[in-house]
Amino acid sequence: MESNGQTNGHRDRHEVREHDILIVGAGGAGLRAAIAAAERGLSVGVVTKSLIGKAHTVMAEGGVAASMGNVDADDGWQTHFMDTMKSGKFLNNWQMVEIFAKEAPERVYELEQWGALFNRTEEGKISQRPFGGHTYRRLCHVGDRTGLEMIRTLQEKTLATDTTVYMETTVTRLFKNDEGQVVGALAYTRESGRFIHFKAKAVVMATGGWGRNYKVTSNSWEGTGDGAVLAYDVGAELVDMEMVQFHPTGMVWPPGVRGLLVTEGVRGEGGILRNSEGERYMENYDSEKMELSTRDVVARANYTEVTEGRGSPHGGVYLDITHLGYNGIMKKLPVMYEQFKNLADIDISKEPMEVFPTIHYVMGGIKVDPETCVTNVPGLFAAGECAGGLHGANRLGGNSLSDLLVFGRRAGEGAAEYAKSNGYSTEIDDSQLETEKQRVLEPLERQDGENPYELQQQVQEAMMEHANLMRNEESLKEGLEKILAIKERVPNVKAHGSTLFNPGWHAAQDVRYLTQISEIILRTALERKERRGAQWHLDYDGPSDELGKINFIVKKDEQGEIGIERREIPPMAEHLSRLFDEGDDKHGGEQQGKESQF
Amino acid sequence: MSGGTLSWSSFTARFPWWAGSVTTVAILGAFTIYSIFIVFFQPVGEYGGYLLSPMYSPPVPSPIDWLSPAIFVLWIPLGFRLTCYYYRKAYYRAFLWDPPNCSSKAQQREPRSPENYSGERNLWVFNNVHRYFLYGSIIVVAFLLYETIRAFFPDGFGITIGSLLFLLNVVLLSGYTFGCHSMRHLAGGRVDCYSCVRGGNLRRKSFQWVSVLNGRHMFWAWVSLFSVWGADVYVRLLMAGVITDLRLV
Amino acid sequence: MSEQDAQQKDMASKAHADVHQDESDAAQGTTRLKIFRGDAEGGSEVEYEIPNIEGMVVLDAVLYIQAHQAGDLAVRWNCKAAHCGSCSAEINGKPKLLCKTRVEEYEGQEIRVHPMRAFPVIKDLVSDVKWNYEVARSTIPFQSDEQAPFIMYEEDVERLYEPKKCIECFMCQDVCHVLRTHHKHPEFAGPRFFVRNQWLEMHPKDTQSRLEYLKEGQGGIGYCNITKCCTEVCPVNIKITDNSIIPLKERVADEYYDPAKWLMRKIRGRRSPKTGAVVGRNGNRNGG
Ligand SMILES: Cc1cc2nc3c(=O)[nH]c(=O)nc-3n(C[C@H](O)[C@H](O)[C@H](O)COP(=O)(O)OP(=O)(O)OC[C@H]3O[C@@H](n4cnc5c(N)ncnc54)[C@H](O)[C@@H]3O)c2cc1C
Ligand code: SF4
Ligand code: SF4
Ligand code: FES
Ligand code: FES
Repeated sequence: MESNGQTNGHRDRHEVREHDILIVGAGGAGLRAAIAAAERGLSVGVVTKSLIGKAHTVMAEGGVAASMGNVDADDGWQTHFMDTMKSGKFLNNWQMVEIFAKEAPERVYELEQWGALFNRTEEGKISQRPFGGHTYRRLCHVGDRTGLEMIRTLQEKTLATDTTVYMETTVTRLFKNDEGQVVGALAYTRESGRFIHFKAKAVVMATGGWGRNYKVTSNSWEGTGDGAVLAYDVGAELVDMEMVQFHPTGMVWPPGVRGLLVTEGVRGEGGILRNSEGERYMENYDSEKMELSTRDVVARANYTEVTEGRGSPHGGVYLDITHLGYNGIMKKLPVMYEQFKNLADIDISKEPMEVFPTIHYVMGGIKVDPETCVTNVPGLFAAGECAGGLHGANRLGGNSLSDLLVFGRRAGEGAAEYAKSNGYSTEIDDSQLETEKQRVLEPLERQDGENPYELQQQVQEAMMEHANLMRNEESLKEGLEKILAIKERVPNVKAHGSTLFNPGWHAAQDVRYLTQISEIILRTALERKERRGAQWHLDYDGPSDELGKINFIVKKDEQGEIGIERREIPPMAEHLSRLFDEGDDKHGGEQQGKESQF
Repeated sequence: MSGGTLSWSSFTARFPWWAGSVTTVAILGAFTIYSIFIVFFQPVGEYGGYLLSPMYSPPVPSPIDWLSPAIFVLWIPLGFRLTCYYYRKAYYRAFLWDPPNCSSKAQQREPRSPENYSGERNLWVFNNVHRYFLYGSIIVVAFLLYETIRAFFPDGFGITIGSLLFLLNVVLLSGYTFGCHSMRHLAGGRVDCYSCVRGGNLRRKSFQWVSVLNGRHMFWAWVSLFSVWGADVYVRLLMAGVITDLRLV
Repeated sequence: MSEQDAQQKDMASKAHADVHQDESDAAQGTTRLKIFRGDAEGGSEVEYEIPNIEGMVVLDAVLYIQAHQAGDLAVRWNCKAAHCGSCSAEINGKPKLLCKTRVEEYEGQEIRVHPMRAFPVIKDLVSDVKWNYEVARSTIPFQSDEQAPFIMYEEDVERLYEPKKCIECFMCQDVCHVLRTHHKHPEFAGPRFFVRNQWLEMHPKDTQSRLEYLKEGQGGIGYCNITKCCTEVCPVNIKITDNSIIPLKERVADEYYDPAKWLMRKIRGRRSPKTGAVVGRNGNRNGG
């Protein structure tokens, strides 16, 4: 191995790698994009902060939603479309939802063609399970490790192409050429800290979400929102940033695992929620769908039960799946069994689990074109969790994995088409490179400064307290002040040690993303003065008709500050709006019952 | 269940890393010496016309006086065990120390240098004949079954300690033989699509049955070794008149 | 705003804040860990002492040290739930997932954490596992000549769920003596990849044959002497030796070591294990 200068001095050296298409992220979206682009004969580079196959996608448990109607023959894209729009409270980009609902089954079958194996029905087809908010049994699954199956299949397929994968490599900036097109990125390898300048005709962002903004989260260290901030920095628009999903059921005990996900599959398989008084309280919140109501509703229900004093000793509610018995659980939810057995000493075939909401997913993200996933910045594409628009105000379980497939592929193809038809230069000014390298290395060179881990923790605590699943103006403002104060300190972080696999140095990069995104979340949350989906603003009684027709678009303004634009949602196409019955409220009315009281 | 295995593993963890090897070497060594001894220096193990030691079944008459007929039979079960996937593991670990066990400390003591290690590629490649020993052993088990029936007829139907011992032995040996990995492969392991081949369902069922036995193959391997050994010793004790075959019915 | 709302608001800001208190409440006493600090050039164990947290796993301890005592302590992790296979390391000489191993398991014993040793060390607890991905690339991928949606019955695929559980922690690769002691990396794929080859070979719709790769090629299955160390460490309880390696060895024996099978192939032609129909002789199972 070449010796990588471990301290200073190596700044002037960096590798240059050229690809037609650079894909940032090796989750489901990134890999699907890579396959699509590589199949068109282009040279593709995939960059990921972890090893391949370890992104969030691997942790997905419940399933992938696609309306093939293998179990419930009545299902079709129309119902999937309607379910998704309703759950997103009609903030969704309906064009995206249409494409999504129509293409999802085909994308899932494609996985099967590449060797993925899903549980089967009696007739030998892919089996589908019920999930919250889906009218029909719609989630293709394999036990409770669907994401593992999906990412393994995509990873093996990717490795069977000529795609180059840069593992444990972190992108820190996107570069634009003189014409304002995105033509590459700077990255460093975690292993040695060596810099790589990627030159590419198009860049696809597939960096996943930012659940790490919060303290209690189901996300890994990777979920710091790099992609959204990098795109924002080069002028991309972000949409629906106030919408952050709390998953109703995260583990609560022991403290080390607080926030770890308990798959919705548990409720899908008939799990029952009870409070400490033994009451099946979902009756009071959504008596029709009960436990299988949408995530925002169930999360608020669990939260309310605990805050009103009907919680378990560790501050959760009870989720009971014991009726499946040991064998049933081992067949349908083996991973959950192991997880509780190992980490919490609980045998879920005998005892109920204790659960509480945990941050899980972000609906908002980079705004993209539904057909090609291109952003408003030429040469920049986005797909997966880091892109916004599909899920509106609340995501349905299982819709993310199919999102990755449908729009991952479209982004890969869109980028490929774009790269083929554009013959411009990928050269950039050397000064851009040098300034960025300098900035990235600063935390190591500074004599003294803040501990990045501590800053990270402070952001997480502030967000947990002020941008929670119930929000109010006063608290949001307080949160914003805290975040702004932390933001001031970010340029002063200090990392000890060398560039050789140094997590402290890596964390020093991440805090910038975390504070930036947090500020955006708080500012947009302050703007959306209503209760809608994941935005539950206690100062207002319910949804507002006016705001229901609006997306908040965030873009860096001339002063480099956060600019927020209210953008009207175009009216839904005739053939789609016709799908909704006369009686249906098309503008995001909430369910009746206790829900509407607060 | 899990509590039991847990305490077992913490129990075994107290032994030094070579304890497993030494035990295996001791037992397998003793058995080998014992069988060589009886084959060459002892008469045929038969008692009362109804108990034929499992080491001599099927009874092949020996053409050479001083050579025990066991020689013509015993090579099958011995070869079967020698090439058995479980015993292979046991003797590679215990006799050859390839590796003695899985801890990094033990693996550092492997005697072979990387250039000299070839796994089952050179010498040990002959272990691939295991399936032929399996075919032979199935025939042997059939004879043992016949001998067991005979053991229930000391003079007209009757049950003795000896006949029960023989019954136990044949059950344990069948558990071992029919839980064999090659058997599992033969029964259905080699079929990729049960619903596509004729008789697929039956093959799948047999695969599952064999798999159940196979799951505890190590257990069957040891208990059947002891039962054969025990039955032979029992017959020899009878022959020597040390004990009598107690009749129960 | 109604009174109820005000109450809600109040609680909203409190509920999650409780979390931190839990942690400090739970702390009783301290734990000591010895962690390898160093890189490719060498290194040594360093002892750390951290406050106890109820139910803590070794990864919690390592991350605590990282956040409070040694910011540059290198460790891999992602899911913290034994789903992703990132956090493999050796605790007291045995490969373990750090996120699945509770500290209290070692009560009364030392805890010594080292990186996986069958691979080159990069830094601290991180070793260079790139080689595994090269093997992954050498594996013959799934290929079918049928068009999905496939009709496949549960009974045909139930055997495949087990090998598919693999989380690629590479602990089996770490503990396999063929790799750790004998360094057969270039000619031996290792248990993780036998697991993968097994489901590929047994998949009802796959048309490729990997037996040549396994015996003659980089697979090198003959080096495995079925001594089962891999099975002992698999965190998702795949019976690697019994259910993946031995079935593959049997298939290799069918193809290369069984004279009767060889004769039969000469006389009757090659038969597809999927359908029993006669197929081409090139080793590929298509054409039937
Ligand atoms: C525990 C859990 C369970 C879930 N269960 C389900 C489910 O059952 N059904 C469902 O539909 N959805 C589920 N989800 C949601 C879904 O898994 C994720 O939304 C989805 O996997 C996101 O995929 P992605 O490809 O967009 O990003 P990710 O899988 O998060 O991948 C992001 C990639 O980008 C890389 N990256 C990030 N920043 C950089 C950078 N600066 N430089 C280089 N690379 C970078 C990362 O290394 C990673 O490879 C679950 C999520 C979690 C956390
Ligand atoms: S059984 Fe084979 S693959 Fe597994 S550890 Fe032993 S030698 Fe390695
Ligand atoms: S087979 Fe088991 S031990 Fe080996 S990599 Fe997979 S999960 Fe890890
Ligand atoms: S594997 Fe043990 S007898 Fe065949
Ligand atoms: S962190 Fe994912 S397995 Fe340990």
